[in-house]
Amino acid sequence: MLNSGISVLFEGTNFLRLLEGLFETLRVALIAVVISIVMGIIIGIIRTSKNKLVQIPFRIYLELFRIIPILVWLFVIYYIVPANFGLELSSELVALIVFSLWGAAEISDIVRGAIISLPKHQVESSKALGLGVVQMYRYVLIPQATKRSIPPMINLITRMIKTTALLTMIGFVEVIKVGQQIINVNNLEHPTVSFWIYGFIFFLYFCICFPLSRFSRKLEQKWAT
Amino acid sequence: MAEQVPILQVKGLVKKYGDKVVLNGVDLQVEKGKVIAILGPSGCGKSTFLRCLNGLEEVQGGDILLENKSLISKTTKWRDVRQKIGMVFQSYDLFPNLTVMENILLSPLKVQKRQREEVEAQAKELLARVGLADRANDYPRQLSGGQKQRIAIVRALCINPDIMLFDEVTASLDPEMVREVLDVIAQLADQGMTMLIVTHEMNFAKLVADEVIFMDKGSIHEKAPAQQFFSNPQTERAQQFLNILQF
Repeated sequence: MLNSGISVLFEGTNFLRLLEGLFETLRVALIAVVISIVMGIIIGIIRTSKNKLVQIPFRIYLELFRIIPILVWLFVIYYIVPANFGLELSSELVALIVFSLWGAAEISDIVRGAIISLPKHQVESSKALGLGVVQMYRYVLIPQATKRSIPPMINLITRMIKTTALLTMIGFVEVIKVGQQIINVNNLEHPTVSFWIYGFIFFLYFCICFPLSRFSRKLEQKWAT
Repeated sequence: MAEQVPILQVKGLVKKYGDKVVLNGVDLQVEKGKVIAILGPSGCGKSTFLRCLNGLEEVQGGDILLENKSLISKTTKWRDVRQKIGMVFQSYDLFPNLTVMENILLSPLKVQKRQREEVEAQAKELLARVGLADRANDYPRQLSGGQKQRIAIVRALCINPDIMLFDEVTASLDPEMVREVLDVIAQLADQGMTMLIVTHEMNFAKLVADEVIFMDKGSIHEKAPAQQFFSNPQTERAQQFLNILQF
């Protein structure tokens, strides 16, 4: 009885469709991650400024993404913005906007933290050697901050990949949506199908996220000195 | 020969943190080739004074003249000034992401835009002089505190400054490493480098300095040739200070 569901996995193109769904998940996550890293590094460096007028707006931006659930952000931009401004946004575009803004906010905080946690005398000795601000960041601060930023950045990427599961809710066809479709079709005939499909999706997420999380742990240990 | 213009002149320098006065009108003249030791109890403003001289602290009054040109103006390019006034700090401040050689070459290549071969040759010669020729490709974490501090001195020297500022460079070293760093500074004194040295090593100051400045509470209390200062301090405050140290 329990086994009957597993056959659905291999029926027709089901297996392939799930992998395609996973590919969609990863594609959106990857694009958002790349945009987040570029924007996050730039914003992170800007946020090391001591100027309150610079700090406060970025701080508000970061907190908005920390405090408000990502699902709410997705709904707001997917449903409310088009309804009020007459903009037609595809679910994929909404996903990229929300995930990139979220990722950039979090990465800016990682980068800023890494830079300001560097000892103050690194800045002073750079200055005493006549380095300009750009040279100081390029040759001294950023190389050191990168090392400190990479493990938490990988952890964030893992979180972003997992959070793409929410995209189901705005109708974006990723791996979970595909799974739900397969389950809906086969549920009557094979009552255990949801166990097998979600089990398989569980396995897929594990295969992607576990190596990432291990990798970041390894780097942390290696660079702990 | 005509009277030589002092390479560095400080006139009535005032530094405040908020309402707190750290330097209260400091005057000083430094002739080329002179070694000046700056002594005084902790918190007397001696480190702050050095930091003002190469623009790490903003000053609230007075003037600093380098080769007769005022540095206290909006148009001062501190980046250029710092190539003439080198500084070494108490903390071992090498860049941990760069090798010893990269640390030394960074400023000459990127700031001064000099030729790599020429700078490398100079760096090697300086490293040999401080006894660390074989450490060029090491990273700072592979070096002892004393070695790091000697490299930091080489790094500052490789910019070919006219004046060197030393801010308690031996204060955080293990006692057995103090000597190797002081030897390097003494060598520089012999070569005629103009230096301002903030230190707690009294014997070293006595030996190396031409002139001693005793600071307390943000101003200079006594200024005298080194031998005279140690054998016969004029002010009561300096006498007290020296007595405390003679344990």
